[in-house]
Amino acid sequence: MESFTPYSALAGGLLIGLSASLLLWFNGRIAGISGIARGLISQERGEFLWRALFLAGLVAGAWLYYWLAAHAGYGDAAPHARPGFPHGLLVAAGLAVGFGTALARGCTSGHGVCGIARISVRSMVATLTFLVAGIATTYVVRHLLGVQ
Amino acid sequence: MRLLRYLVSLICGLLFGAGLALAGMTRPQKVLGFLDVAGHWDPSLIFVLGGAVAFATVAFHFIMRRSSPLLTQNFDLPKAKAIDSKLIAGASIFGLGWGLSGYCPGPAIALLAAPDAEALYFLPAMLAGWWLYAFVTHKSKHSNTR
Repeated sequence: MESFTPYSALAGGLLIGLSASLLLWFNGRIAGISGIARGLISQERGEFLWRALFLAGLVAGAWLYYWLAAHAGYGDAAPHARPGFPHGLLVAAGLAVGFGTALARGCTSGHGVCGIARISVRSMVATLTFLVAGIATTYVVRHLLGVQ
Repeated sequence: MRLLRYLVSLICGLLFGAGLALAGMTRPQKVLGFLDVAGHWDPSLIFVLGGAVAFATVAFHFIMRRSSPLLTQNFDLPKAKAIDSKLIAGASIFGLGWGLSGYCPGPAIALLAAPDAEALYFLPAMLAGWWLYAFVTHKSKHSNTR
């Protein structure tokens, strides 16, 4: 069970907004994680390194926060595997997240943050759609199938 | 200039990853706590998305008034405007995977900062999903005469 954490949630959201704004302001790019990651495999010139550095930074940023939180006495902020959570569900979910974000050309960051901030109706529709699908799926998994 | 661009990419990645972790969004249980509106509901994710969107909307408004970004010639923005079946199907399939697991692409990649058994199953599957899409679209491009 997770408790409501409005301040850290808002502060984290502002950092994400700052990141997206700096990337657009300096480099003219959209901070959409699925787009950045998928572009890694395109062999277009000059498209590899900035994407790799952004994703390496993302991993390092999360790691740095876990380290700081542990040393500042906020405890363990890192994710841990859920005991008994079906592995098949994780594989199916990974496939769906990959294929779906490619087909919709964006995920929570590309459509949900940057797209809405650009006042793109397409991104607003996408965001509403994946939120509704996510809520419906969680309901089925947790309350009808009883997987926690 | 190019070096500076790479440095900005790295710093933006750091801010993004730290923001996700601080917000608790790298833990799938926290995300599912939001999506599970019928359970013990945790509205935190609204504050994450709200904070990010509020900041970016104001900042983008001023940034987009410029003729170009600071370090490159042009803004590289998505051109698609269509609200079509691909968008709805893609967002629905993505939402399904998100609700099944509690991972969207950012938190999934952030798993590399604290790899656990779930990363072993989810990450290769997500990569396979991206590859599958590229494979399918590549094939249809070659079989159709468009």
